[in-house]
Amino acid sequence: MNATLRHVRYVATENPVTLGAFLLFSFFVLLALLGPWIAPYDALASNTEAALKPPSAAHWFGTDSLGRDILSRIVVAARLDFGIAVSAVAASFAIGSALGALAGFFGGWADRIIGRVADTIMAFPLFVLAMGIVAALGNTVANIVLATAIINLPFYIRVARAEVNVRRNAGYVEAARLAGNSDLRVLALHVFPNVLPPMMVQISLNMGWAILNAAGLSFIGLGVRPPQAEWGIMVAEGATYIISGEWWVALFPGAVLMLAVFTFNLLGDGLRDIMDPRMRT
Amino acid sequence: MGDGGVEAAYIPPLLEVMDLSLEFRTRSGTVHALQGINLSVERGETVGIVGESGSGKSVLSFAILRILDASARVTSGTVSFAGMDMLAASEHALREVRGREISMIFQNPRTALNPIRRVGKQIEDVLGTHTSTLRADMKQRAIEALAGVRIPDPERRYHAYPFELSGGQCQRVMIALALACSPQLLIADEPTTGLDVTTQAAIMTLASGLARERRMATILITHDLALASEYCDRIVVMHAGHVVETAPTAELFRHPRHPYTARLIASTPGPTQGIDTLSSIPGNLPDLRRGDLPSCRFHARCDRAKDDCVSRPLPSLPVRCLYPL
Amino acid sequence: MVLKRLLGAIPNVIGVVIVTFLLTRALPGDPAAYFAGPAATKEAIEQVRATLGLDKSVPQQFVLYLKDLARGNLGNSLSTGQPVLTEIRQRLPASLELTLCGLVLAMVIAIPLGVLAATRPGSWVDHLCRMLATAGVSLPTFFTGLLLAYVFYFLLGVAPSPLGRVDVTFSAPPTVTGLYLVDSLLARDGELFRAAAAQIVLPAVTLGLFVMAPLMRMTRASMLGVLSSEFIRTARASGLSPGKVLYGYAFRNAMLPIVTTLGMVFSFLLGSNVLVEKVFAWPGIGSYVIEALVSSDYAPVQGFVLTMALVYVALNLAIDVLYVLIDPRVSVDG
Repeated sequence: MNATLRHVRYVATENPVTLGAFLLFSFFVLLALLGPWIAPYDALASNTEAALKPPSAAHWFGTDSLGRDILSRIVVAARLDFGIAVSAVAASFAIGSALGALAGFFGGWADRIIGRVADTIMAFPLFVLAMGIVAALGNTVANIVLATAIINLPFYIRVARAEVNVRRNAGYVEAARLAGNSDLRVLALHVFPNVLPPMMVQISLNMGWAILNAAGLSFIGLGVRPPQAEWGIMVAEGATYIISGEWWVALFPGAVLMLAVFTFNLLGDGLRDIMDPRMRT
Repeated sequence: MGDGGVEAAYIPPLLEVMDLSLEFRTRSGTVHALQGINLSVERGETVGIVGESGSGKSVLSFAILRILDASARVTSGTVSFAGMDMLAASEHALREVRGREISMIFQNPRTALNPIRRVGKQIEDVLGTHTSTLRADMKQRAIEALAGVRIPDPERRYHAYPFELSGGQCQRVMIALALACSPQLLIADEPTTGLDVTTQAAIMTLASGLARERRMATILITHDLALASEYCDRIVVMHAGHVVETAPTAELFRHPRHPYTARLIASTPGPTQGIDTLSSIPGNLPDLRRGDLPSCRFHARCDRAKDDCVSRPLPSLPVRCLYPL
Repeated sequence: MVLKRLLGAIPNVIGVVIVTFLLTRALPGDPAAYFAGPAATKEAIEQVRATLGLDKSVPQQFVLYLKDLARGNLGNSLSTGQPVLTEIRQRLPASLELTLCGLVLAMVIAIPLGVLAATRPGSWVDHLCRMLATAGVSLPTFFTGLLLAYVFYFLLGVAPSPLGRVDVTFSAPPTVTGLYLVDSLLARDGELFRAAAAQIVLPAVTLGLFVMAPLMRMTRASMLGVLSSEFIRTARASGLSPGKVLYGYAFRNAMLPIVTTLGMVFSFLLGSNVLVEKVFAWPGIGSYVIEALVSSDYAPVQGFVLTMALVYVALNLAIDVLYVLIDPRVSVDG
C-alpha cells in the first residue's frame, strides 16, 4: 500500500499535468453532484427581456435566446452529461467485460458467439449505429445511455477477452482450480480482479468519448430535448447565433465540454503512467 | 641497435582499441559498461572475444562501429581502424566504413533482416550504397553473393523473403550482405547462437573459409568457449566491461592465467566431460551502475582474491590480475 | 487470398442487414405509425402497414425486407416523396468527397509529425505531438467546426460562407464522379476548382482534426517500435544512408499497424461526417438524415444507417486487402 502511495506521489510530482487532470476531474464531479444548488439562476427559467445578453457581471457567461443564464445551464448540464457518461460506461463495462471474460476463459462456441456479436456492432461506424438506435427507440435520455452503452460493448469485450486469455493458464489459476473451485468461481474471484487495473485506463478514456457521443447526438437533435440543459444541445442552440456575432451562446458550453473530455483523456493517460510507464504511447 | 640488418617494417594492427571506456546514461543511473578496453586485431587474423552475457562483448563491437544509441558516451580512449580515428570521424565518414570496410553479422539472423523486403533486394541495397555497380548488374552481383555463401538455387532465393528461409539460410544471407563489398574486418556477434549444431558447424566453416580466402580479419564474439577455441587464432576474455586476459588460443587453454579464464574453461563442457564434473562460476556480474566499483570487477567471485584487489590498479594485458595463476 | 477476405466480409454484411432490420421492425410502439409519419391518419397508417407487410410475422417481414433490399427499394421519403435510394445516391458523393479530403488532410499532417516525433524522442516536438494527440481526441467535432467557421469566416473573412459545396454564383461541374474537385479538374474549369476547394477546406479540416490524434499516436508508437528493432541495426551497420534506413526500411514496416488503424479512423470519419455536414450545411447524406430526423421521416434514416454501414464494410475490406498486399508475411490462406 505504501509502495503504491509512493508511486502515486512520484507520478504526481513527475507529471504535474496528471495532477492537474485529477484536480479538474474532482472539480467536475463536484459540479455534477452539487449542480442545481450552486447554480446562480434557475436553468430553465426564461426571461425574454434579457435574451442574448453578452457576458456581464450579472450573467458571467451571458444569456441565450430565451434569456436563460448560460452559466447556470452549463452547471446543471454537467450533471446530465456526467450522468449519461457514467451510466453508459458502467453498463458497457459490466456487461462487456463479463462477456469478454467468459469468451476468453471458456473459448469454444461462447467465444465464437460473443465474438460475432462484437464484430457485428463494430461493422457499423459507431456514431451512425448510435443514431440508428436512438432514432428507432425514441428521443429520450435513457436511449442515449443505451445506445452509448451498446456501441462501447465491443471495446470492453475485446480487452477483457485478451486479458483473461493471457492469465487463463497462470499458476494461481491452476492452483485455484486444483483447490476445487468451479471454473466460474475461478474466473470471477481470481482472474477477473487481476484484469481490472488495465481496464481502468480504458474506462477513463471511454468516459470522455461517451460524453462526446452524447453531446454529438444531442447536437443533431437526438436524445435530449429542449428545454433540458445539455452541453451538446446548448452548442446546437448557439450555432445559429454565432454567425450573427453572439458568440457566447455556443462558445461557453462548447469550451466546457471540451475541457471535461480533455480532463478524462489526461486522467486516462495519467492512470496509464501509474499502472505501467512502459505502456506510454 | 642491432648489426645493421634490415628491420622488419612495422605494420600497425588493422584495428586498435586503446584504453576505451564507455558509459550509458539511463533513468536508473550511469552504467559503466566498458572500462580501459585494449584490443588489437591484425590483418587476416581471427580474434575471439569471449565472456558471459553482460560482459560487454557486444557493446564493444557496437562501440567500434559507432552504432550505439544516443545514451552511450565514450569517456576515454581511442579506436583506430586502418589509421582512421573512429571516435572523431564524422557520421558521413563512418557510413563509408560500415558495410564496406567493417561489416557485422548478428545473432537471430531472421530478425536481423528486413522482414518485408526480399533478400536479393537487401543485398542490392548494400551494393548500391557502397559500390558503383550499374543497375543492370545489380541482380547478377546479388545472386553471385548468394552463391558465394553456398545457398542452393541462388536465382530463386534471390526473390525470397526472410520468413521463407531457414535460420541457417538467413545467416548465410547476412554473411552475403556483410561480405558483398569485401570488407577488411568482419565482426560476428554470436552468429551461431540459436542455430542447431550441424548448422552451426556449417556456418562457421563457411565464414572462416571465406575469411581465409579474402585475407579478412574477423572478430568472433561468443559465450561459447569451445566454438572460439576451434576457429580463433587468438582469444580475448572479457568480464563485466573489462578485458581480463588475452592470449593465442592454444596457450590460453593450455595455461589460463586469469582466475576467471580458468573457471570459464572449467565450466565449458567437452566431449569427455559429464554434467556432474562441470563447475560453475559463483555469484553474478556486479551492478555496473555502482559508483564504487572495485579495481578488479571479478573480485567478489574470485577465490584467490586479496584485499588489495579492490583498490590497487590492475596490471596491463596480457593478464589483468594482481595474482595470476 | 483476396477472395478469402471478400468471403470474410459477408458475415458482417449479414449482421448489418439483420441489425438494420431489427432497428426498424422491432421498434417500441407501432412501426407503421413511424413510417406513416406524425401527420398520418388512421387509414394512412393501415395502408402503410399493408404496403410494408407489417401485419405479417417477423420472419416473413424479414424475407420481404431482403427482397426490397435486393431490388434497391429503401422506401420513400415522406417529405420529398422521392425514393430514398435515389436521394442517397445523389447526395453520397458529397459526403464521400468530404470524408476523403478529411482523411488525406489528416494523414498528410499526422504521419510526418508522428515520424518526426519518433526520430526525436523526448524532444519538444515529441512532447508537442503527444499533447496535440491528447487534445485532438478531446475536440467535439461540431464545436471545432463552429469555432473554425467563426474565426475564419466571421472574424477574419478569409473563408467563404459555410453554406454548401460551391458559392451560389457557380454552378456544379458536369457529373463524372460526383466529386466536385475531380469533376472541375476534368472539365478544366480552374476557377470552379478553386471555388470548390475553398468551400471544402474548413469542413475537411474539422473532420480531419479529430482523427489526426490517433493517426499521429499510432505512427509515433509504430515508428518507435520499428526503429529499435534488430533489422534497423543491421541496416545502420551496413552503412545505408539515413534516408534509406528511415523511409525504405523503418517506415515501410511501421506502416503496417498504421493501415490497421485506418479502420477505426474511418469509423470516426463516417460518424463525424454527419456533425460536420450540419455545421457547414454540406449537402451530403448527413444533412439528409438530419432533415429527415427533424420531420420524423423514418425511411431515410434507415436508408442512411444501412448505406453508411455498407460503405464502412467496403472500406474495411479495402483496408484488409491493402494490408495483405503490403505485408508478404500474411500467409496465402490469410
